[in-house]
Amino acid sequence: MTKLFTTTALSVLCLAGAASAQTLVYCSEASPEGFDPALYTSGTTFDASSHTVYDHLVEFETGTTNVVPGLAESWEVSEDGMTYTFNLREGVKFHSNDMFTPSRDLTAEDVIYSFQRQIDTEGTWEYFQSMGMGDLIESMEAPDDLTVVFNLTRPEAPFIANMAMDFASIVSAEYAQAMEEAGTPEMVNQQPIGTGPFEFVDYQTDAVIRYAANEDYFVEGVPRVENLVFAITPDASVRYQRLQAGECHVMPYPAPADVEAMQADENIVVMEQEGLNVGYLAYNTQQAPFDNPDVRRALNMAIDKQAIIDVVFQGSGQAATNPIPPTMWSYNESIEDDPYDPEAARQMLADAGVEDLSMRIWAMPVQRPYNPNARRMAELIQEDFSEIGVDVEIVSYEWGEYLERSSAVDRDGAVLLGWTGDNGDPDNFLAVLLGCDGVGASNRAQWCHEPFQELIDEAKTLPTQEERTPLYEEAQVIFKEQAPWATIAHSVVFMPMRPEVENYVVHPLGGHIFHEVGLAE
Amino acid sequence: MLKFALSRLFTFIPTFIGVAVISFGFIRVLPGDPIVVMAGERGLSEERYAALQQQFGFDRPIYVQFWDYLTGIFQGDLGNSFVTNRPVWDEFFTLFPATLELSLCAIIFAVAIGLPAGVIAAVNRGKFFDRFLMSGALIGYSMPIFWWALLLIVVVSGWLGWTPVSGRIGLMYFFDDVTGFMTIDSLLSGQDGAFASALSHLILPTIVLGTIPLAVIARQTRSAMLEVLSEDYIRTARAKGLGPRRVNGVHALRNALIPVVTVIGLSVGTLLAGAILTETIFSWPGIGKWMVDSIFRRDYPVVQGALLLIAVIVMLVNLTVDVLYGLINPKIRSR
Repeated sequence: MTKLFTTTALSVLCLAGAASAQTLVYCSEASPEGFDPALYTSGTTFDASSHTVYDHLVEFETGTTNVVPGLAESWEVSEDGMTYTFNLREGVKFHSNDMFTPSRDLTAEDVIYSFQRQIDTEGTWEYFQSMGMGDLIESMEAPDDLTVVFNLTRPEAPFIANMAMDFASIVSAEYAQAMEEAGTPEMVNQQPIGTGPFEFVDYQTDAVIRYAANEDYFVEGVPRVENLVFAITPDASVRYQRLQAGECHVMPYPAPADVEAMQADENIVVMEQEGLNVGYLAYNTQQAPFDNPDVRRALNMAIDKQAIIDVVFQGSGQAATNPIPPTMWSYNESIEDDPYDPEAARQMLADAGVEDLSMRIWAMPVQRPYNPNARRMAELIQEDFSEIGVDVEIVSYEWGEYLERSSAVDRDGAVLLGWTGDNGDPDNFLAVLLGCDGVGASNRAQWCHEPFQELIDEAKTLPTQEERTPLYEEAQVIFKEQAPWATIAHSVVFMPMRPEVENYVVHPLGGHIFHEVGLAE
Repeated sequence: MLKFALSRLFTFIPTFIGVAVISFGFIRVLPGDPIVVMAGERGLSEERYAALQQQFGFDRPIYVQFWDYLTGIFQGDLGNSFVTNRPVWDEFFTLFPATLELSLCAIIFAVAIGLPAGVIAAVNRGKFFDRFLMSGALIGYSMPIFWWALLLIVVVSGWLGWTPVSGRIGLMYFFDDVTGFMTIDSLLSGQDGAFASALSHLILPTIVLGTIPLAVIARQTRSAMLEVLSEDYIRTARAKGLGPRRVNGVHALRNALIPVVTVIGLSVGTLLAGAILTETIFSWPGIGKWMVDSIFRRDYPVVQGALLLIAVIVMLVNLTVDVLYGLINPKIRSR
């Protein structure tokens, strides 16, 4: 059967091979862990599943973090903010494969199944669980085939943005049931069936993923290419060579050192966009002398951020002022960053009665978009701090150890870490990284500040962006005064591609999305 | 001969048990909790942590986990990957043919060039050819794989356009795996140009992976040949009036081969280690990169299963080498 399926698919792709203008090749950076996005948390897996095979009730508008209709044509929120009613689009078709042909279009049953499995079943539904969705959703109902009602346990404004996230991909309940009955439930993860713009064709482990356009896709004229191929190419320099040689059309994550040469190459177009992330140095605000905001601010003023941007990011970053990136709504532009002024910093430390301070700075052992080289960054900060008489010892641990130890409330010194946004909502940064609930876990500054907490708690209960914005703006002012972190940088994301690629938009949430991408003849 | 092979096989058993214990212990003594690594920057609550520990079976005593692992091995079950949830066995045998194909090509390349180069160098000892070939071998041995691979890609694929940059076959070719060997499957597929495409994709990774074994084989052949060439029986052979080709090719080379075969056998371990880098650079879907990824993810079943299988393969290769000694040199067989 598999052979029949792949042979059919083969004929489709051979045709595509002949008319290669219709096949878009993306040199992806790694292999997906699977194809059921609800099981995983990595962007690579989401690109290969959530952004190709699946749709969501609502979607992030391409190139923005605004939420627009997806499988739900419209939605209503009750006055108390505790009930969300989604009206589903009619006639949305699921894909088929050699094991399954859908007998019906998308209904509320599929939507409820997609979430209920993550509430009920034991398993690594890590994203859903870590976003607290299990506690948030009290119940779901389907008054009719095309209406789904979510009843929440509390008002939660980011809920609607969460519905556009990857774990909220809508899978086929009928397919899951068929595979369960056939004794092969793992097929849902290995041979995905969704409603998305691309149908999954085949995955050769660690080598190539092939998709064909979903001809029944509910958006007219989408997708624009007939086939999509992910050519898995883990090494950044090799991706660059493949792009140059025309073996692929688009590549993610260029090596920072290559970007200049790419920009000078007339056969390559480099798009760029500020990443929705922040890299920071978190002091342990529960330990002296870092429990004193003046000390923290003094240290912040000793850091030469421009040197970090030049050396560590090699230009592909921008100095961070606030804990949320500038592309996010409610970013407070009126806040000025602490000036780089070692003299004033030295004076402030002396005024605070701090002398001969020695501290540890923790450097992550891994590379992240928000911090491409933590060791180098730590060395630069060590140099800056030594100028104001602060002695720094740099420590590092294996990544798992690092994450665990840096969370501890009694941890010493200051930790380099960062965050990449999940859903474009400020709550996803401010509450997760700086809220009282995160102390001892994701709040590495161990900072619980009541005036700040009250603002973010209230903002979460308000229904509209307009109402929430001033509260978040005020929270950022408090953050800057209290300085639990030194905000270091937001990265800039570069996307190199061939000139014939049309209509590619860099997604601020970091995903690579090809629905509307075409290739010039 | 059979007795000799069986006695070698017998030594296999304690090694296998040792490897099973080490592969189980190795990943567990590394710092880093797989659950914490999985949760990343986000972290997770104590309840969630406990639930996941239970799900992965980490809440059980270590000897119970080891016993399950051991009994699993004898039932042919190496467990499922924490990440993909697929059986380790399936994942290994999906990827292994790619590594095997590349390693075989690399070893053929290394022997085909290294052996004659070593012989030529030995016969021309101290002359230009000797110096030239041995300098080349030294460079080949010292060259970082990563740098060598990128250099070849930039020059051969980029500037000259003679070979594809990476991958196993052109993206327009698409067929089912039959043997897992792309060269064979492309022939079986009957698609025009598929075999040529598969071969052209093999060229650069073969050269890169084969370079170090080539250098080692060339140097080893040279020194073994030099040793043999100074033996009395060679002088006798020459005195009998035998031509240089027969003296060098038959009398000397056959006796020089024993240490060379040892080196070839040991190169299998080097090839598997080298495959990690080569596979990453050339986007070659083999077991090298798969293992490295699983170590970073602390995917216990994959790491321990893969280590065990690789160790078994290396042991089997060395067993074959031992048997080959016997074929080449009857004295070893009778010992």
